[in-house]
Amino acid sequence: MSVADDALATRPVPDSAPARSGTGGAPRRRLSSAWRQRLEILFFVSPALALFAVFVVVPILQAGRYSLYDWNGLGPMDDFVGLQNYVRALSDDVFTSAVQHNLTIVVLSIVVQLPLGLGIALLLNRQMWGRTFLRVVIFVPYVLAEVVAGVVWFMLLQPDGPVDAVLDAVGLGGFTQLWLGDPDVALYTVLVVLTWKYLGLAVILFLAGLQGVPDELYEAAQIDGASWWQVQRRITVPLLGPTIRTWGFLSMIGSLQLFDMVWILTKGGPANSTVTMATYLINQGTDRSQYGYASAVAVLLFAISLILAAIYQVFVLRRDTKVSS
Amino acid sequence: MTRNRRAATVLALGTAVALVAGACSSGSGGDDPAESGGDVTLTWWHNSNNEPGKGYYEQVAEDFEADHDGVTIDVQAMAHEDMLTKLDAAFQTGDTPDVYMERGGGELADHVEAGLTMDLSEPAADTIENLGGSVAGWQVEDKTYALPFSVGVVGFWYNKAHFEDAGITEPPTSQEELDDAVQKLKDAGVEPISVGAGDKWPAAHYWYYYAVRQCSQDVLADAVTSLDFSDPCFLRAGEDLEAFIATEPFNAGFLATPAQTGPTSASGLLASGKVAMELAGHWEPGVMQGLTEDGTGLGDDTGWFAFPTVQQGEGDPTAALGGGDAWACSAEAPPECVDFIEYLLSDDVQIGFAEQSMGLPTNPAASGSVADPALADLLTVRDDAPYVQLYLDTAFGENVGGAMNDTIALMFAGEASPQDIVDSIQSAAGTA
Repeated sequence: MSVADDALATRPVPDSAPARSGTGGAPRRRLSSAWRQRLEILFFVSPALALFAVFVVVPILQAGRYSLYDWNGLGPMDDFVGLQNYVRALSDDVFTSAVQHNLTIVVLSIVVQLPLGLGIALLLNRQMWGRTFLRVVIFVPYVLAEVVAGVVWFMLLQPDGPVDAVLDAVGLGGFTQLWLGDPDVALYTVLVVLTWKYLGLAVILFLAGLQGVPDELYEAAQIDGASWWQVQRRITVPLLGPTIRTWGFLSMIGSLQLFDMVWILTKGGPANSTVTMATYLINQGTDRSQYGYASAVAVLLFAISLILAAIYQVFVLRRDTKVSS
Repeated sequence: MTRNRRAATVLALGTAVALVAGACSSGSGGDDPAESGGDVTLTWWHNSNNEPGKGYYEQVAEDFEADHDGVTIDVQAMAHEDMLTKLDAAFQTGDTPDVYMERGGGELADHVEAGLTMDLSEPAADTIENLGGSVAGWQVEDKTYALPFSVGVVGFWYNKAHFEDAGITEPPTSQEELDDAVQKLKDAGVEPISVGAGDKWPAAHYWYYYAVRQCSQDVLADAVTSLDFSDPCFLRAGEDLEAFIATEPFNAGFLATPAQTGPTSASGLLASGKVAMELAGHWEPGVMQGLTEDGTGLGDDTGWFAFPTVQQGEGDPTAALGGGDAWACSAEAPPECVDFIEYLLSDDVQIGFAEQSMGLPTNPAASGSVADPALADLLTVRDDAPYVQLYLDTAFGENVGGAMNDTIALMFAGEASPQDIVDSIQSAAGTA
């Protein structure tokens, strides 16, 4: 007997009398079996719940508590300042520009990587010579540790470094910049490196999504005389929708929490031109022993990510979850 | 079937309980090595994790153990950055090593306020007297909390060959001469100065030094304690720096240049001959040696000159900016800890320290023993200086110091005025 049958059997009939006035043992047995089921569920999820509580919920609550104090991490935490840390963060030009940088990276990552990733995925989905090799090449940057990739790019982008030398060699010497040292350029340099690093993930996800498009549709389109472009536009891209929307979500969350690459390349500089919420948190908070303030920034980062994630869920991902349920 | 399920339930519950218990108990586990039958173990953290320093300190600990029955020194040498991270964590949990390094200033004041550091004024009075003015940076409200064993000064390290090629015969002593040297070096096709503005503090050292030159000792000492920077000399310091930055003396891309890491850092550029000079502390020759393949740094081309004098300056032209490291005992350390750090500052140990060129000793008895000629010269400069101003960021502590360094770095990017620097210090300190 399955669980579903059990549930049907115990479901009360709408027009029957309330359980309390029912006939003796039967409702009690139903009740106890329902409770037993709940207990069992509780027991089985408790390890996961405990882990979640200890490593996610408790730290979040702790951060919330710290954020209400002026505390340098040493000695007792007794200087309660209310919401002052939040006021200070929201009125700090550097923090607001950090939020702007994060949002810029969210938007530009999607705007740049989506067409690029889609194009490469469509290209690599065709039968062609060296396809496996090209797939590996595209995916390698994503596999590299972020710190390693960051250090490599840091060396490449030095003034008169290899990137400048390559530009010089192909006659584009006039385009050389202080890639990391010019406040007007640094954020875009970081974006290019991030695109190089994360394009592989988009391509791999899109390629996986492409495998799920039934061949019959292509055959039918071919019989109808559709061109390659028409097939991509009318069949492939619409059917890739769920994959694209999921990738967009991952990309957005990654961009909001961006830390490692920026820290290695610029530490948020020059002149705060690449500061993100996470680098701000480390630089202005923990590095300065302002744990209360750092916690307030962390809570703001959490809240902003949560709100954007929720909006994305409601307006973009809802279609996908509806289809699957 | 039922029994299996129940067993699984119990197992799951047990796992959950164990996880919670494990998570809650971490940190409270105690293995206290000290105090068992009169025997004492002192844990000692230091950052001399390379030879000859590492071996020297092991020998020092053994010598002390031999002279003191029942005392064991647990020596832990670690890389500087690792030590700072571990110390931060140790201070927060209260599980500090008995003997550790203090950099003085505001950081020390925080430790003192939290009751983490032992007052040495009484138990180490003789040693403190012997060290003289050097201990000033490690005093809080007239009490001494650490014994400085190495205090260095900041100045310009330069490449003698580049200066010669550019036709600069004497190292500059005034701002005009420095400006002149910068121009000559540019004309000779050499980038004059490297600065690790990406790490901010190397850039900030310029403002500190202009403040030391512009402000009298009294004004500076008063400002460091009161955090009141209303004296116009601090604005003049910013104006001097602004004017100097405007002459474009720094390496290309200096806003993103790190201080000491890798060949493209400020130290790396000087070591590889790509720039002619850099403002840095006594550590520079050692750092440059580590950044060159043959391990010699600039070798015989290494030169040093003091920060130049400025117009309208009210500061003593021979006053120096510097800082150093001191040995401290944690508040809970056994009394033998004081004996040990006094031993570390004794004539014998400091002379050995000087002979191994591990730093600039503070015990006058060791002054003549510094083996490295560059360090020996610096020692003379330091001892001839009327006073050594502790790095201002260290003096103010991480919070105010960090805000100040940020704004000075912004001035290097052309985005902050002399007034902005003063304002940022005062607003971070709450004295605006």
